[in-house]
Amino acid sequence: MQTTLPAPTVESAPAMTRPITLTVNGTPYQLNLAPWTTLLDALREYANLTGTKKGCDHGQCGACTVLVNGKRINACLTLAVMHDDHEITTIEGLATDGALHPVQKAFIDHDAFQCGYCTPGQICSAVGMINEGQVRTVADVRELMSGNLCRCGAYPHIVDAICEVMQLDASK
Amino acid sequence: MHPFSYSRPTNVENAVQELAGPARAKFIAGGTNLLDLMKVNVEQPNQLIDINRLPLNTIDELDNGGLRLGALVTNADTAYHPLVEQRYPLLSQAILSAASAQLRNMATNGGNLFQRTRCYYFYDTAMPCNKRQSGHSDQSAGVGPAGCGALGGYNRIHAILGTEASDGTVHCIATHPSDMAVALTALDATIHITGPSGDRTLSIGNLHRLPGSEPQFDHTLRPDELVTAIELPPQGFSDHHIYLKLRDRSSYAFALVSVAVGLEMDGDVITDARLALGGVAHKPWRKPEAEQLLIGKTATKDHFQPVAEALLDGAVGYGHNTFKIDLAKRAILRALGLASQKSERAKEQKGE
Amino acid sequence: MSQYIGEPITRVDGHEKVTGQAKYAAEFNVPDLTYGVVVSSTITKGRITLLDTSKALAVNGVIEVFTHENRPRTAWFDISYKDQDSPPGSPFRPLYDNKIKYNGQPVALVVAETFELARFAAMLVHVEYEAEPCDTDLMKHLDTVRNPEPGLMNLMKPLPPKPRGDADKAFAEAPVQQSAQYIHGMQHHNPMEMFASTVEYGKNGFLTIYDKTQGVTNSLLYVTQAFNIPFNQVRVVSPYVGGAFGSGLRPQYQLFLAVMAARELKRSVRVSLTRQQMWSFGHRPATVQNVCLGTQADGTITAIIHEAKAATSQFEDYTEEVVNWTGKLYPTPNGALRYKLKSLDIYTPLDMRAPGGVTGLSAVECAVDELAYKLGMDPLEFRLKNYTERDWTEKDRPFSSKELRACFRQGAERFGWSGRNPEPRSMRKDHNLIGWGMATGIWDAAQVPARAEATLTVNGKLRVRSATADIGTGTYTIMTQIAADTLGMPIDDVVFRLGDTTMPAAPIEGGSWTASTVGSAVKSACDTLAKTLFRMAKRIPKSPFVGVGFDDVLFINGEIRLKRNPSARVSLLEVVNLNGGRAITETGTSIPNLVAHMKYSRNAHAAAFVEVQVDEDFGTVKVTRAISAVAAGRIINPRTARSQIIGGMVWGISHALQEESVMDHRYGRFMNHDLAEYHIPVCADIHEMDVVFVEENDTVVNPLGVKGVGEIGLVAMPAAIANAIFHATGKRIYELPIQLDKVM
Repeated sequence: MQTTLPAPTVESAPAMTRPITLTVNGTPYQLNLAPWTTLLDALREYANLTGTKKGCDHGQCGACTVLVNGKRINACLTLAVMHDDHEITTIEGLATDGALHPVQKAFIDHDAFQCGYCTPGQICSAVGMINEGQVRTVADVRELMSGNLCRCGAYPHIVDAICEVMQLDASK
Repeated sequence: MHPFSYSRPTNVENAVQELAGPARAKFIAGGTNLLDLMKVNVEQPNQLIDINRLPLNTIDELDNGGLRLGALVTNADTAYHPLVEQRYPLLSQAILSAASAQLRNMATNGGNLFQRTRCYYFYDTAMPCNKRQSGHSDQSAGVGPAGCGALGGYNRIHAILGTEASDGTVHCIATHPSDMAVALTALDATIHITGPSGDRTLSIGNLHRLPGSEPQFDHTLRPDELVTAIELPPQGFSDHHIYLKLRDRSSYAFALVSVAVGLEMDGDVITDARLALGGVAHKPWRKPEAEQLLIGKTATKDHFQPVAEALLDGAVGYGHNTFKIDLAKRAILRALGLASQKSERAKEQKGE
Repeated sequence: MSQYIGEPITRVDGHEKVTGQAKYAAEFNVPDLTYGVVVSSTITKGRITLLDTSKALAVNGVIEVFTHENRPRTAWFDISYKDQDSPPGSPFRPLYDNKIKYNGQPVALVVAETFELARFAAMLVHVEYEAEPCDTDLMKHLDTVRNPEPGLMNLMKPLPPKPRGDADKAFAEAPVQQSAQYIHGMQHHNPMEMFASTVEYGKNGFLTIYDKTQGVTNSLLYVTQAFNIPFNQVRVVSPYVGGAFGSGLRPQYQLFLAVMAARELKRSVRVSLTRQQMWSFGHRPATVQNVCLGTQADGTITAIIHEAKAATSQFEDYTEEVVNWTGKLYPTPNGALRYKLKSLDIYTPLDMRAPGGVTGLSAVECAVDELAYKLGMDPLEFRLKNYTERDWTEKDRPFSSKELRACFRQGAERFGWSGRNPEPRSMRKDHNLIGWGMATGIWDAAQVPARAEATLTVNGKLRVRSATADIGTGTYTIMTQIAADTLGMPIDDVVFRLGDTTMPAAPIEGGSWTASTVGSAVKSACDTLAKTLFRMAKRIPKSPFVGVGFDDVLFINGEIRLKRNPSARVSLLEVVNLNGGRAITETGTSIPNLVAHMKYSRNAHAAAFVEVQVDEDFGTVKVTRAISAVAAGRIINPRTARSQIIGGMVWGISHALQEESVMDHRYGRFMNHDLAEYHIPVCADIHEMDVVFVEENDTVVNPLGVKGVGEIGLVAMPAAIANAIFHATGKRIYELPIQLDKVM
C-alpha cells in the first residue's frame, strides 16, 4: 500500500513583517511582526511577556486568556495585527503598584492552582467575567469559568476564590 | 499556517471588492475557527481581509417589530443584548450554550454561521475527507486524501440525517456545529447578503446545505459575497421556548444533539410551533410538516411522540453515533415539555 | 519542633504563579533563539520511501531540516537511550532510521528563525511512505496475550505474586459468585503545558537545557548518554512544570531533537510540541480485566481471581501494577492474580497518575459492590467483613499502618452513608435519578534515595536545594516547611530551590514518593547542618554551650537555645560571623530503611463516597457530591494536600465519565487528539467536594511518617461513581468512560 499526501502548494516568500505597536498593560511595545503572528505568540515570543500561557493553541483550553479592551479573549485565535489600536491586559498587568489584584490574592489564599500553568488564564478570565457582570450564582461562576481547563483539578478552589472576591456564598 | 497578506478595509464595498480579487482571500472577523483551521493546514488563504472595522456591529430594532443583528456583533454582545434577552431568549440560550465566554467575546454572528464541521477526519489532513477537497467556499487546493474517514471510522459526533446524496450514496457525515444557527432556524431568521452584484436575502433554511455529492460546500453563499446582518422576524417565542443541548460534558463542548423549540400557546393548546435540531445533520434540521402535527394539540407526551418520530424519519446511524437517533427523540420530548411551560422570564415579566 | 509541619501554609511559589513570573520550559527566551517544529508520521507501520525537504529549505529563514537521512551520529547501543523510567526493551530513538513504528512518530525537525516560519516549513516537508497493515486493537488479541518481560521497573511496580490455594476450584465451589469483565480505553496525560525544551547553546558548546520533566537528573543522564557529552558540558533546569501526571517521567523526543539541533547548528533551539503531538508519546494503556470473586453465604471471601490484559508497544514491555491491589485489600485463602501483555503497533505506554491502581481498583471495587448486592449486604459492611491487617501478596506481612477503618467510618459519617436506602432507583428529583456509591482506595507509600543540601547563608538565612521537581504537587512549599522546622527558622527566612542539575541529585518525581524521599533528604541535610552549627556555636568566645551536648539545645527562631535555660542562646547569624562571614553548607542523603521496610507492606488508604444525579432519559451523569477520607500518614501541609486529593478526585470523575483517546484502528491513529474532543472536566462539571484526612501515625515508612498524596485521591473515585450510577439506575456499566449513551 502506498500512502502519499499531495505536496502542498509552495508559497512565494513568507509574508513580510511590518512594524506595529501593541499596547500591553499600558506600555507600548514596538514589534516587527508578520500578519501570521498570533497575539499569543507576539506576547510570548516577541514582547517576552510569557505570563500568558499556550496550552493548546486552538482555543480549547483558555490558558492564553487576556483582556482586550477589558474583555477576555483567547490570544491564540487572533492575530496581533488586528489589535494595534487596542488596550491589552495580561497577567503581568493586573497587580498595581506591587499590590496583587484581589483575584490574584484570593487564588493564593484558596490554593486555587497547583502547577500554575492555567493560572494566569484563569485569573484573567475571572477578572473578565467580573467585568461582564453576568454572574448571579455560584452555578454561573462554574459555567462562565468553563472556558479555562485546569488539568490539576483545582476547580473547587478556583470557584471558592472567585466567590470570595465577588462576595457570593460558595456553598449555594 | 501558510503566509498571507493582510488588509483592513473600512467599508463594505471595498471589502467585497478585495474578496473578489485574484487572491485566495478570506474574510476574518472573530477568527476563532479560521485561524484554528489555518494552523492545522485545512484552510490556506493567502490573503486575509480583516472586516472588524466595517460598520456592521450594531443591533437595531426594525419597524415590523423584528430585530436586525449586525454580522460583526459578537456572540456575547448578542446574547446579552437586552432586546435579544427579552424578545428572543431562545437565541440567547443557544448562543450561551456554545463554546466558552472567551470565544463568545470573539466570535461574530456572521462568522458563527460559517464555522466548519468538527469532524475529526476533516480536521486531520492525514485522514481522508471529501469535505476538504477544493470547493468555492475554500478556493484552496485539496488537502489530504479524498474519501470519508468517518464512514466506517469513529463517528460518535456525526450526522444521522440527510447524509445521502440523491443517488443514495454517502459522501460525508459531518454535522454543522453551530448552536446559534439552530436557534436562528427555529426563529426563521433571514440572512442579509451583499456582493458585487448587489444585495440579496436568504432564509436561514436556505443558507446551509446538505452534503449530497459535493460535501466541500457547506453553504450556498457565493465566493464573493459577505453576510451583513441577520434579521429576526417579530415572532420570538419569548413565552414558550427552550434550547436543550446534550453533550459529553456540562459545558465547553459541541452538541451531540440539541433541540431548539419555540411554541405559541393558547391555554394548554399549541397554536404555533417551531423545532430545529442541531448535531444531527450537515445543517440545522427542521421539518415544518412535523411542526404542523402540534398545531391545535395539547402539550402532552402522546402528542409530542409523533413529532419526534417525524423529525427523525429516515435517520441512519453509522455505528458510534447510532445512539443519537434515540437521544434526539428523547430530547425532543423533553424540550417540547419544557417549552410548553411558560419560561421563567415570561413569568417574571407578567408578574406571575 | 513542629511549628510549620502540619500547618496549612500558603504556597511559597504562589506569588510567582499568580503574577505570571513563574517560568516554564518554553519561556526562557534566550538570545538568538531558533525554533524547531516536528513533522509527525501519518502512518502507523512501514517505512519512509521519500523525504523531500527541498521546499521547506527553500523558505527564507529556514535553517535546517533534520531527518533520519542527515541526522548526526548518536550513541550506538540501546543502553544509552535508557532513562530512569525505561521499561525492559529497546527505547525509541527519534529520527533513527526510515522505519515507522507508531502513528505520530517524529520524522523530521524543521528549524527556522521564527516559530511561524518553522511551522509553515514543516507543512512543506513532503513524506512518502510504504505502509504495512497495522495492529493496534487490544480487543482483537485477548487470546494471544503473554507474560511481561520482568525488569528493574518491577522493583517499584511488582508483577503479580504467586497464586495462593486453588482459586479456580474455590471460585467454582463458592456458594455466592461474582464474575465480570471490565474494559477501559487509552488515555493521555495532557498536562496544560505542552512538552518543550529550550536548549541554550553557550560558550564552548555548553548546553543549558530548560526542559519539561519530572526529573532534571533523568534528562541530564539521557542527553549525556545519547549524545556522548561529558556531564560538565550540560546543565538541565526546570524550576516550574505545568503539570505532568507521569508524562514527564521519561525524556520525551522534543528534548532529543532540540539538543541534536543545537549541537549541529551551534545555535540555541527551542522545540515545543503541539497539543496534537501530545498524543504522540506515552499514554495510559487500554486494559481488559476479568474479576471473579467467590464468598461463603455470610460474605466471607473464599476466592479471588483478577486477571488483566494490557497493550504495550512492539519495542518495550511497559507494565503496571493492576491486580496486586486486590490482594492487598482483600484476604482470601485462594487467590490468583494475573497480568498479561500484548505488543501492538503503538507507542510504549507511560505511567499516568495512579498507574495500574486506578485501573485495577475501578474493576475490583465495582465487583465488590455487585457482590455485596448479591449477598444483600451493605457495600461498606461487606468491606469491613473482609478487612485485612495482613498483605497476602507479600508473604502475609502486616501493614506499617492502616487506618482504612477510620476512613470508612469518618467518610461515611461525613457523607451520611447510614441514611442510604440500598434499593436501586430509590431516590429521584424531577428527571434525575440519584445514587450513592462508595469504594476503597489504596496506593504505595514509597521512598527511594535522594540528596539535598542545606546552607546557612551569610545573612543568616537558610537555603536548601535538591534537584527534585514541583509539578504542582507543592514540593517547594512542604520542603520549606520541613527545613524551617528542622532548623527552627522563621519560614520567611527559608528558601527551597529545585529543578537544576547543579543541585544534589534527586529521583524523578512520581509514585507519590517525593514528600517521603526528598523530605527525608531535606531533613537529613538540615539535621547535619544543625549539628555543624552547634559545634561551631560551642567555639564562640564565652559560648553558653561549653560542656553541653547537642540534645540539650533547641533550634528556635533563628537561634540555638539551651533547653533548660532559654536565655542561654546564640543566634545563627553569630555563627556565620564566626565563620568569617562565609556561608555554611552541609549535604544530606536519605536512604530508605530497607530492613524495616521488608517487614511491612506500606500503603496509603482511602474511602470515596459519591452522590450522582443521572438524567433518566438522557443518561447524563453529574457527580453532585464527593467525599474522600484519606489515611496517608502525616500530612505536612493540609492546604496543598487537600488540593492534591481534590485534583485526584477530579481525575476520578474524568476517568469514570469522560476521558478516552479513541483510535481508529483502521489507521492506528488517535482521532480525538485535541482538547475539544478529548474531554476532561470543565469547571461546570465539578460540584461539592470534600476531603477528610484521617490521623495516621507511621514510624516505619520514613523519618517524617509521610506516605504521599499524589495518587490516593484518584484511585477509589471511578468505582465509587460507577457504583453510585448503579444505585441510581439499577444498571451496571462495565466499560469506561461512562458516557451518556452507555447509561440511557
